[in-house]
Amino acid sequence: MKKTSRRDFIKISALGAGGLALANPVLNWVPGFLPKEKTPVDESKAKRFPTFCEVCFWKCAGFTYLNEEGKIQKIIGNENDPHSNGRFCPRGTGGVGMYYDNDRLKYPLKRVVENGKSTFKQVSWDEALDFIAQKMSQIKKDHGPESMALLYHASSGSYFKHLLNAYGSKNYAKPSYAQCLGPREAGFVATYGSGVSSPEPTDVKNTKCLVLIGNHVGENMHNGYIQEVSDAIDRGASIITVDPRFSTVASKSKFWLPIKPATDLALLLAWIHVIIYEELYDKKYVEQYTFGFDQLKAHVKNNTPEWAYTKTDIRPEDIRNSAYEMAKAAPAVIIHPGRHTTWYGDDTQRSRGIAILNALLGSYGRKGGWYFPETKKVPSYPAPAYPHPHWTWKDITKPTYKGAGTGISNDLIKATLPSATHEHKIKGWLIVGTNLLTTIPDKELTLKAIQNLELMVVVDTMPMEITGYADIVLPECTYLERYDDIRSSQHRYPNIALRMPAAEPRWESKPGWWMARELGLRLGLEDYFKWKDVEEELDWKFKQMGTSLAEMQKIGVKMFDKEKDLYLQEGEERFFNTDSGKIELYSLDFEAKGYDPMPVYTEHKQPDPDFYRLIYGRAPMHTFGRTVNNPNLTDLMDVNSLWVNPKVAKIWGIEAGQEIWLKNQDGVISSFPIKVRVTERIRHDSVYMIHGFGKMDKRLKSYGKGIDDSELITNVKIDPIMGGTGMRENFVTFVLKNPHNEEVKA
Amino acid sequence: MRYAMAMDTKKCVGCSDCVVACQTENNVPHGYCRDWIVENVDGTYPNLELELRSERCNHCDDTPCVRTCPTGASHIIEGGIVKVTHVECIGCGACIQACPYDARYFHPDGYVDKCTFCDHRVAKGQETACVAVCPTKCLYFGDLEDYNSPVSKVLRERKWKVNAPEAGTKPQVYFLI
Repeated sequence: MKKTSRRDFIKISALGAGGLALANPVLNWVPGFLPKEKTPVDESKAKRFPTFCEVCFWKCAGFTYLNEEGKIQKIIGNENDPHSNGRFCPRGTGGVGMYYDNDRLKYPLKRVVENGKSTFKQVSWDEALDFIAQKMSQIKKDHGPESMALLYHASSGSYFKHLLNAYGSKNYAKPSYAQCLGPREAGFVATYGSGVSSPEPTDVKNTKCLVLIGNHVGENMHNGYIQEVSDAIDRGASIITVDPRFSTVASKSKFWLPIKPATDLALLLAWIHVIIYEELYDKKYVEQYTFGFDQLKAHVKNNTPEWAYTKTDIRPEDIRNSAYEMAKAAPAVIIHPGRHTTWYGDDTQRSRGIAILNALLGSYGRKGGWYFPETKKVPSYPAPAYPHPHWTWKDITKPTYKGAGTGISNDLIKATLPSATHEHKIKGWLIVGTNLLTTIPDKELTLKAIQNLELMVVVDTMPMEITGYADIVLPECTYLERYDDIRSSQHRYPNIALRMPAAEPRWESKPGWWMARELGLRLGLEDYFKWKDVEEELDWKFKQMGTSLAEMQKIGVKMFDKEKDLYLQEGEERFFNTDSGKIELYSLDFEAKGYDPMPVYTEHKQPDPDFYRLIYGRAPMHTFGRTVNNPNLTDLMDVNSLWVNPKVAKIWGIEAGQEIWLKNQDGVISSFPIKVRVTERIRHDSVYMIHGFGKMDKRLKSYGKGIDDSELITNVKIDPIMGGTGMRENFVTFVLKNPHNEEVKA
Repeated sequence: MRYAMAMDTKKCVGCSDCVVACQTENNVPHGYCRDWIVENVDGTYPNLELELRSERCNHCDDTPCVRTCPTGASHIIEGGIVKVTHVECIGCGACIQACPYDARYFHPDGYVDKCTFCDHRVAKGQETACVAVCPTKCLYFGDLEDYNSPVSKVLRERKWKVNAPEAGTKPQVYFLI
């Protein structure tokens, strides 16, 4: 019997590196890499290489420019790219800092035990890859290939996915589903027969009214989206923002509805009530395209604005007037689906409410509402058919979460626990570009699962909390140093983009495609990797699409002709991929699966006295924990703060700028303190912080700066339909004196 | 020719892209900036107003920084752009004291540095780096003496204000309100 080794966290940069010598990195150039010469780059003469951004998942295309010394200087948007329109956001512009960050992962590392203590040893690529291949072969032999899982959230994930498929497993998951946009996908699939996907096909630039429910665009810099919001403001479109916090976009809204948290569905049902009972809905559209109107009408009969007022704190007249505003703009109105929607556990039903309201106003498939996007299909390089796995994530997840659309990361983690009762057990994890410990709530559970693994490989560019638990750490070069798979994402026009390296990988870092291929060869899967390098593979694919690698290296982005209409045509017959073939206001699929066929409001817990709901969000210059060590972006924000309403601060006697610790409802105390920002911009019953700070690795520049909200998220509300992790039902109280003092003395 | 900038407070989201783009364009060292974001919150919950501004050197018509410079390093070039010749600057800091906008800083290499309205780009007919990058297109740049320039147009059409008009420096960065 194999004895599983116990994993301790190993601090990666404890190996020592030149970059650590910088005493005050904020005030210094990175020596040796940035030019001393202060003359700006002449763009007409400078060398440039096409890329698309990897700092967030909007994937804007642009060009990486080199300076006269041949070093990376700046990244500028590609004017032909519909994601960026030639303008990068602060993170994309500051992406150069990812390349120049001296805290990066530099060499392949292997976990070894020395003197009874786990430590990382620098090893050769051959040793690291041979080890992984040998372990993967063993897992295949002992448990079947299905016991290997891939958890990923990086562009290079596509090559690892190909590897896993060829190896015989379909157990892959992205946290972007179950920890982020999954509920809205499930809600829209149930309503329209297809999900929302990214970039959202919302016709913001033509809209007359944009409704945002907890969506903080502008702080969340999804580039093409915020650009269109700005255009809409220019055109005089009205914005309705529902948020307990006076967000940036709330300040630009005609209506800001400062809702009591966790009551959004009550507001949505009241809006639906007003639209139906005051006959403001699009009668022709509803009759032609929807199913279940009469049931819906009966269902929301009692959901009056007066009823909703008692739940939401939003006055009935504000609910009515904002509904009239939407109806006036219809069909050029968007009730935006949001992106991060895993809040309270009934999130799929809230997203259903959003989908239904759009349908009543006739905005889906209409100008200024939702357009029908198109995606260019990217062919696969010729390879044999993948082996057929005996079981997949569906066998783990689907019996419980029948509405799940992709692998559920937290479910794959549960299937790794020794207590997993079913026969579908996971024994190995390939983790590519995602810091599971801060991404997936309930860290203790993830740590328990890790102890039960026979193989854990982490591929990343930076040391993260998760890398410390790996058997093997593979340093990936940054997106500015590598090719990746072709970007083909939905938009008004089908389009593709190329990412190519602008510099050699620093230290011994390597691109993900290379690692996946090398592992494939070692696993006897050479038939699946018949290309000698990625250039050959990409060129073949580009040529099938009527272009070539050589052409794409010049232009970066290529647009294709549309094959379908952007909007519904007058009176057009249209089939929706639902059970009824129509837009389902009443979901037959949910009914059959035993879920509420129409959304029902449920009460959620509100904070006890002295506790405040923990709300987290994004800052425009950061993407989760991925950017908080980036020297260009920490220049703009190097620590998060805790937003506290002045009345609350007064009760506690807390001053602006004071450092406090937080304790949650389960007694978990934050590892680090956080500075208080006393501001009117937050409700009295909530506190707010930017997600991604509070890094645990001492050798990162970002160590201990602020609080990591995810360590305080221990109450996880699982969505019964799609399995997502609701994270907004956690409450914190303030700890004014250092609760870790004793530890410090010891 | 008179270059000026207008920034639309109704569209700005305070993302700081102008700051990073300026840093990577002009080799501004980490820890320093030539432009920055100001956030003003007014009122009490839930009756609130928020104004976000992207600020920089105002390239004033009346320039206390140039007047106080003992070496002539601070000077005005065509179009009213205020510049510092680094090799002529002795780092005395008089201009930093004189500027009512706190727009200048000591560069670690020993001279005073500030926004140049990206004159190296403007000379080639390009927009400044901050204007070119801004995702909300809230920044406008151009020649005030050109009736059709973006900045002339927007200043005719919109209400605007300037920072610290009482300083009497005739600033040339306008905030649309």
